[in-house]
Amino acid sequence: MNTVTITMVKQPQLFLEADLITPDQFAGKSIEAIGAIEISEGKIKYPLASFAKIEGVSGATAAETKIVLNGDLTRVKRIGQQMTAGEIIINSNVDMYTGGWMKGGKITVNGNADSFTGIAMAGGELTINGNCQNHVGSAYRGDWRGMTGGVLRVTGNVGNDIGTFMRGGTIIVGGDAFIHVHTHGEGGTIIVKGNIQARVGGQSVKGDIFVNGKIDFMMPGYKYVEDVEKDVDGVKAVYAHYVGDLGERHPEAKGQKVFTNLYLKK
Amino acid sequence: MQEVIKHVACPYCGACCDDLEVTVDDGKIIEVKNACIIGTEIYHHASREGRVGTPRRRQPDGTYKDITYEEAIDFTAKMLIKAKKPLIFGFGSTNCEGMAAAGRVAEDAGAVLDNCASICHGSSFLAIFDTGYPSCTLGEVKNRADVVIYWGSNPAHAHPRHMSRYGIFPRGFFTGKGARGRKVIVIDPRYTDTARCANQFLQVQQGHDYELFDAFRMVMHGYAADVPAIVAGVPKEKILEACDVIKAGRYVHIFFGMGLCHSDGRNHNVDIAINLVRDVNEYTKCTIMAMRGHYNIAGPGIVWAWQFGFPYCIDLTKGSVAHMNPGETSSVDLANRGEIDAFINIGTDAGAHFPIRAFEKIGGAGIPMVTIDPSVNMAATVSDVHIPVAIVGVETGGICYRMDNVPIQYRAVVKPFNGILTDEQLFDKIYERMQELKNAGIECDGTWDYATPLADVRPIKEVYQ
Amino acid sequence: MTEYIIKNGCVIDPTQGINGQKMDICIKDGKIVDKVSNSAKVIDATGKTVMAGGVDIHSHVAGPKVDAGRLFRPEDKLFKSPNRKSNLRMEMGFSVPSVSKTGYDYARMGYGFVMEAAMPPLEAAHVHEEIRDTPIIDEAAMPVLGNNWFLLEYFKNHEIENAGAYASWILNATRGYALKCVNPGGTEAWGWGLNCITIHDKVPYFDITPAEIVKGLIETNEYLRLPHSIHVHANNLGNPGNYTTTLDTLKLVEGYKANNDFGREQVMHHTHLQFHCYGGDSFKSSSFESKSKEVMDYVNKQKGLTIDTGNVTLDETTTMTADGPFEYHLTHLNHLKWTNVDIELETAAGIVPFIYDPKTYIAGAQWAIGLELPLFAKDKDRCFITTDHPNAGPFWRYPRIYKWLLSANARNDLIKNELKYGDKVLDTTYIGELSDKEISLYELAQMTRSGVAKALGLSNLYGSLKTGMNANVAVYDIDPENLPSDPEQYETAFGNVFAFFKDGVLCIENHDIVNYSMPKKTVWVNSIVPENKQVERDIRDKFLHSYTVDLENYAVQEEHVHNPYAIKVDITE
Repeated sequence: MNTVTITMVKQPQLFLEADLITPDQFAGKSIEAIGAIEISEGKIKYPLASFAKIEGVSGATAAETKIVLNGDLTRVKRIGQQMTAGEIIINSNVDMYTGGWMKGGKITVNGNADSFTGIAMAGGELTINGNCQNHVGSAYRGDWRGMTGGVLRVTGNVGNDIGTFMRGGTIIVGGDAFIHVHTHGEGGTIIVKGNIQARVGGQSVKGDIFVNGKIDFMMPGYKYVEDVEKDVDGVKAVYAHYVGDLGERHPEAKGQKVFTNLYLKK
Repeated sequence: MQEVIKHVACPYCGACCDDLEVTVDDGKIIEVKNACIIGTEIYHHASREGRVGTPRRRQPDGTYKDITYEEAIDFTAKMLIKAKKPLIFGFGSTNCEGMAAAGRVAEDAGAVLDNCASICHGSSFLAIFDTGYPSCTLGEVKNRADVVIYWGSNPAHAHPRHMSRYGIFPRGFFTGKGARGRKVIVIDPRYTDTARCANQFLQVQQGHDYELFDAFRMVMHGYAADVPAIVAGVPKEKILEACDVIKAGRYVHIFFGMGLCHSDGRNHNVDIAINLVRDVNEYTKCTIMAMRGHYNIAGPGIVWAWQFGFPYCIDLTKGSVAHMNPGETSSVDLANRGEIDAFINIGTDAGAHFPIRAFEKIGGAGIPMVTIDPSVNMAATVSDVHIPVAIVGVETGGICYRMDNVPIQYRAVVKPFNGILTDEQLFDKIYERMQELKNAGIECDGTWDYATPLADVRPIKEVYQ
Repeated sequence: MTEYIIKNGCVIDPTQGINGQKMDICIKDGKIVDKVSNSAKVIDATGKTVMAGGVDIHSHVAGPKVDAGRLFRPEDKLFKSPNRKSNLRMEMGFSVPSVSKTGYDYARMGYGFVMEAAMPPLEAAHVHEEIRDTPIIDEAAMPVLGNNWFLLEYFKNHEIENAGAYASWILNATRGYALKCVNPGGTEAWGWGLNCITIHDKVPYFDITPAEIVKGLIETNEYLRLPHSIHVHANNLGNPGNYTTTLDTLKLVEGYKANNDFGREQVMHHTHLQFHCYGGDSFKSSSFESKSKEVMDYVNKQKGLTIDTGNVTLDETTTMTADGPFEYHLTHLNHLKWTNVDIELETAAGIVPFIYDPKTYIAGAQWAIGLELPLFAKDKDRCFITTDHPNAGPFWRYPRIYKWLLSANARNDLIKNELKYGDKVLDTTYIGELSDKEISLYELAQMTRSGVAKALGLSNLYGSLKTGMNANVAVYDIDPENLPSDPEQYETAFGNVFAFFKDGVLCIENHDIVNYSMPKKTVWVNSIVPENKQVERDIRDKFLHSYTVDLENYAVQEEHVHNPYAIKVDITE
């Protein structure tokens, strides 16, 4: 795998939109061609090279291309958007939409990420070694097809709307979540190892939610079934199994109603 | 000579009462009949002392000097072209013609176009995106509804004639008994004046409407037995009682207000309300409606949906396609994050309605700012340029959309003060000037040499004192 | 004004019986003329097809329901909107395009006139606002009247003159064009959450049946001598087994004769017939079947009818109709978001996104039924191509439908290669029986131009290249003498017109839109009837007691109707 290293040398006055920083776009391009890739600040389009130093060499295909981003990327949005393969490592905080609509490959952020991280993600691995804001692994506005695949891991805390309209894949949150976890979910798995204030699994149709900490306010629509032992992200523990949201529609399979499962660690 | 103009629509709230009678004498408004006290005030405002009759430019010492329309338009056009990401926000109080003209300007300028819904019922839009909007016109409520629910809204104060014209008291075609034939349920954390008109009042714990809706939905899905003894501060019996009333209704209507869209969870409080409406339709007819605030705040959502496909928070900076994602492209977030470099405040008062820290990032940060509004509002007092325009519904007509999206044709009752322009005329002139400037080679470079120098901007605290 | 000569093209104009003859079309001052001077700009159409501008009889392009569809589907824009061309406005949306995209895309297909299919009278001003912002195309809009309280009451009492006076008032107040009827009675029943499934179900309270409403509307329409017939979307749309309701509805025309001065022969236009030709009792392939042949057998022999198809294009789209109960039914089938607007005293609307997925049996069957209709149609002047935009698919897919009709191969390939249940579709529909049938370019011109204009009563304005007509002319990259072997070329050529003149202004030149600021028309019918004190009193009464707007604010004010073009019909003369 070949590596392209990008080091920010200049900060934008506003924010940069860098949806073309993906292995798919970099693959097979020379350093000069990568430097000419457009990033925009508001309505002005700049070549990437005007904000960053670019070194290394790209692979022939996306899968063979790794991108390492250094310097301060706090004001850079959309890195890794729609990527299908390859790898991105970001050694900084990043702004919104990191790994949005990604289909494959791997992104690691060594820092915090803002909102809409992994929005409508369909595959691949997205790891944030830090905190995220809101709408992690959520759907785009109005779309009933949210996250459909892949693994999205946040080691720190997250805000609201985690996995809204989720249909597949896994979200693992190491810390706490605020409100609205798996809202409108119709599949997939969310694991929150810390605490959640409220609204877990509201309007959720089906899927699995694991909470290791406590939930301040349970949704009334969840009903306790039994205690079960579960292996969650490699750790076995006993969980109280609830089903819900009893206020939502649910499909039937083999004559049985399928509910969302909420497992709350004992 | 006195003249009485009838069937005038009121430019105050989203109820858009169109039965006002305005008495005018020699171009001055003498009397307003049928309007509520707030609506009446808007008409008298037009004739009040101290109206600004010409555009004004702020001077380095903070005072304002009159300038010509040409100068003001030139400033605005240049600002829009040169800025990398200008924001045009407001439109709570103007007509759709002005909004359409602004849409053309914003697209040409590569601006972000947003309206007051962004800080009001915008979260209801998010809910509508997710869940839809089973609604109706207000006449359906008047003619058919025998169960009316006001949830998180207080029309007694915010929409003074709403209950009498549409919601509780009117005698409609199938509702000949008026209020006596209607069951009214009010759900609110406070015992409001609206709640005093209710047959049932459910005092929901502030911020927990979502859970209460879930309990209602559980009942509709046949899980009444599983509803906890108390949900969101409301005892189970009261929930079941309210559900019985709903199920027994022939036509149930829910009006919801900012109590839902401005407490935690925002859009989800509304989207679960909409899902409750879907559920109730399994039992009886049920519809829902947002209690939109301003008389034409539904307008920009409608106009821009046909122009761009989005109702608000429209980022046009890409030039190729419009992008919308509230949370990113919403005005308050843009301001808070320092993501804009020019600001037009039109037909609203960002100074009064934005969170103070967000507005400080604009008003106090040396970002060039233009206010387009008939009045001297807070935003106008810190703008580089203030351009007065005609008051819609008083000095100019146009189409405005009522809270149920019914277009109401507004009328002018007097001529514009001092011959000032309408919003539409102003935006069309800004558009023309932008074409001239672009043809003359002015382009976007993000420079501010035309704005009031940064050092001369007064600290925002001082302005507010 | 500039003169043009479209030289040496193969002209197809059914109004003159011209079928591929090589000839020049001359344009001067917005009209088609016999000859032009030497200074006329030449458009070389050698090896190309020249037709009159297309005419769309039924498309939801402007108004409250369309806009609600745009508003509530941001995902219909994301990654699905084409990049803006530098000289044009942005073009946003896939299934429900923005007004700019609507105007441009119609022009790109060579269309000059579009009928907005449903205008709620109370919200007419909204329709006209959108028409103002829609570039290039001429438009008209049909007020929805099949569930209107005034008319339900008049029809119940068999008061056709009163119904006529009221309908005439509505046409003038809304600047509307024709009497539209959607799910007669059923939409009023929806006010109480109910529906009318057959034409004999009683409407709650009003004590009238859909059959009586449709007959009342026919009588009213012919009493008013309107250019277009009543425009019907029958009861029971979209349900398996509904073809009997459809036949019952169509048969209501028996005994009526068209009465007008516009050359229209039908007394009922039935729209999006595809949705109304289903047999069976469920959507399962073991039960659901096409009944297009049964329905078209009747249509073919009944001259009092015209129809449009409502072709399914196998896309993700947005359904929207004044058939409120149907959309409620649909949201329960696909669990997607649902918008509904009931409109006081008048009508309703529902909107639900829908995916016609070629991997499902039902979408394949619906696709097949839609194509069977024009292939079965004996008189192509009475069968028109639509997608009931955006219900069965977006209008800009018309070229794809033309391809499926012009080329049997394209159709058969799709059944074989793209439909997951192609064999089942062949078993349960007639599409296999029609596997070698193709339509000609001449027939296509009938189904998209001459026939449509005639049915609308607009033969004097659209659908023809006769001398003196408004110069709406489309030039396509198709050589009738050397038809393309690859059917894809049909789709490309018809979706990307080589040249297009709108009212004599060169709008598209060499495939690019070069001018979109030409004058437009909003066509409406100025219906004049004898003074009717009873109806005037009824109107005042209903506004006083039931409406929530003042009567004086109801009619669209002159300043809010843009580029009006009135067709006067005076029955007092």
